[in-house]
Amino acid sequence: METIADFEVQYSQFLNPEGKPSSDIPELAKEPDALIGLYRAMTETRVFDTKAVNLQRTGKLGTYASSLGHEAAHVGIAAAMREDDVLAPSYRETGTMLYRGVRMEELLLYWGGDERGSDFADVKNDFPYCVPIATQCLHAAGAAMAFQLRGESRCAVSLNGDGGTSEGAFYEAMNVAGARNLPVIFIVINNKWAISLPIEEQTATKTLAQKAVAAGIPGIQVDGNDVIAVRHWVERALARARKGEGACLIETVTYRLSDHTTADDASRYRKKEDVEAAWKVEPLIRIRKYLTELGIWDEEKEKALLEDAADKVDIAVQKYLNTPKPPVESMFDYMYKELPEFLEEQREHAIRYADKNGGEHG
Amino acid sequence: MAEVTLIDAVTMAMAWELEHDPMVVILGEDVGVNGGVFRATAGLQKRFGVDRVQDTPLAEGMIAGISIGMATQGMRPIAEIQFMGFIYPTVDQMINHAGRIRNRTRGRLTCPMVLRAPFGGGIHAPEHHSESTEALFAHMPGIRVVIPSSPARAYGLLLAAIRDPDPVVFLEPKRIYRLNKQEVEDNGKALPLDVCYILREGTDVTLVTWGAMIFETMKAVDQLARNGVSCEVIDLATISPIDYETILESVEKTGRLVIVHEAARSCGVGAEIAAIVAEKGMYDLKGPIRRVTGYDVVMPLFRREMDYLPSVSKIVDAIGAAMHD
Repeated sequence: METIADFEVQYSQFLNPEGKPSSDIPELAKEPDALIGLYRAMTETRVFDTKAVNLQRTGKLGTYASSLGHEAAHVGIAAAMREDDVLAPSYRETGTMLYRGVRMEELLLYWGGDERGSDFADVKNDFPYCVPIATQCLHAAGAAMAFQLRGESRCAVSLNGDGGTSEGAFYEAMNVAGARNLPVIFIVINNKWAISLPIEEQTATKTLAQKAVAAGIPGIQVDGNDVIAVRHWVERALARARKGEGACLIETVTYRLSDHTTADDASRYRKKEDVEAAWKVEPLIRIRKYLTELGIWDEEKEKALLEDAADKVDIAVQKYLNTPKPPVESMFDYMYKELPEFLEEQREHAIRYADKNGGEHG
Repeated sequence: MAEVTLIDAVTMAMAWELEHDPMVVILGEDVGVNGGVFRATAGLQKRFGVDRVQDTPLAEGMIAGISIGMATQGMRPIAEIQFMGFIYPTVDQMINHAGRIRNRTRGRLTCPMVLRAPFGGGIHAPEHHSESTEALFAHMPGIRVVIPSSPARAYGLLLAAIRDPDPVVFLEPKRIYRLNKQEVEDNGKALPLDVCYILREGTDVTLVTWGAMIFETMKAVDQLARNGVSCEVIDLATISPIDYETILESVEKTGRLVIVHEAARSCGVGAEIAAIVAEKGMYDLKGPIRRVTGYDVVMPLFRREMDYLPSVSKIVDAIGAAMHD
């Protein structure tokens, strides 16, 4: 017997939980404006998220999947992408979508039960939220195939959670991306929990990054609470893909500090101590410490940022709350480019009964 | 004008679109050098190159998923699934994404793709190769389902399917892929995706059928014509949405309806047609609507497959019974 194939998985972290940089910290970490931009986006994401959960708790929003604790991964990914790249998110990547230019009121509309929330005014080609797990990995691979065929130097970025790595679509997408050398980056945001199933029970593999090995593409694990590491490695992966060197998989390790969604109660299945430990390594603290250490951040700036973010969120909330329900016929009007004749009768029926259904259900 | 078979017409339509629309690509297992397991893509890779006619890794859900990804980004993929029995991994992608993306983005992203597959029994194929499950796709909002029954309609309907701005499942009756030839002009002219075809006019009974069953139905109708029974035969062609107007007009004239399909009976497309005629044409009917269909059983292996399928005598008897109501 001889070894004919072998693999190793690299792990990267530039900022430790105390905000202390490692020696090989990349150039990016020395650009104050860029760092402040990342921190600002992460903070805005958290302020938005807190508000969204509150809106749900007060009956003003539907079930919402919180992004609490994922801010470094979300923002780091988006910051590495080019505007004309395409994002295929799952349903939790608020920070990535906001950074890409999706408006806060659009995300609120979506979680508020209105399809117009996925008709992004400023982001034309990104996929909307994707609820069926890991199915979006294939859309990203397909988008990448379109870019490759047309000779465009664009990339697709697919995001899914740790649970999604058990789905066939996740592997199928990586496999075709490897086989066809597609310009697509698969990013697993490993927040340790798939609703109630811990990562240890999801898979026997030591890392999720090594799932890339079976598809013949490189895989790396990065600290998903370190925005500098996430941004750096996603940027490297995209540059590589843009040069025609193909796909790769990046596992960002973070922790879901919130319940799965507002409809979940995580205290049923995980220990308080574990969550408390995760709070100690959460992503905002370390970048703030690092910025403070560099002398480019202080209490005053922090206060101004929080006020500014709260104002921004409040404006979006008002826009959302002031948006009237979509007209009832809109459920028909986007099914096909042209409404087939047989649907006209149903459309008229729906209009006739619209808004007369109050109190009759359940 | 060339005399071609149904499968030749399928190839011709794809070649026309590959030639005239640079966004059209073909994806599937063995569609490249091999030209497809039924030879539907024979010669296309050689003519249009490996980028336009791509062999994919073997995963049907993946083929559907990447087609959706491509379609939303401006391409017009034609995906081939080798047999109906292998189409089910695509169901997740088709129902959750292909049929929904236009609606859920309010038209920001759309999905102009075609999912082609041979379907139906009667060729003594292995297990999982002979089913007719068109009703599964017809039940999905946002997806069109089309089944041609002749070379000319295969050509015109496939062109229309590829050009359609929304997803189309295009099911090809493989038993009649090479059954007969017909003159088809390779002129790039598409047929509408919302009309059925009256193959024969008649006054006593309306027959609605599609795919390969057209042939058994026409034989049955010919037999009965000798006994003076005048049948009107409708090829449904577009399974979803259905052209009800033509069917209702025919039933208004004949007062009798017999539906013939290979698929299992319960919740089949025939049930939907019967329901619509009951709702809108009830008072034109002189007797009950009758269905000649596959049974609600697992498609038998080929030693008994012909007993599963509607046959000429089953159709003749059903029409005869309808005439005596």
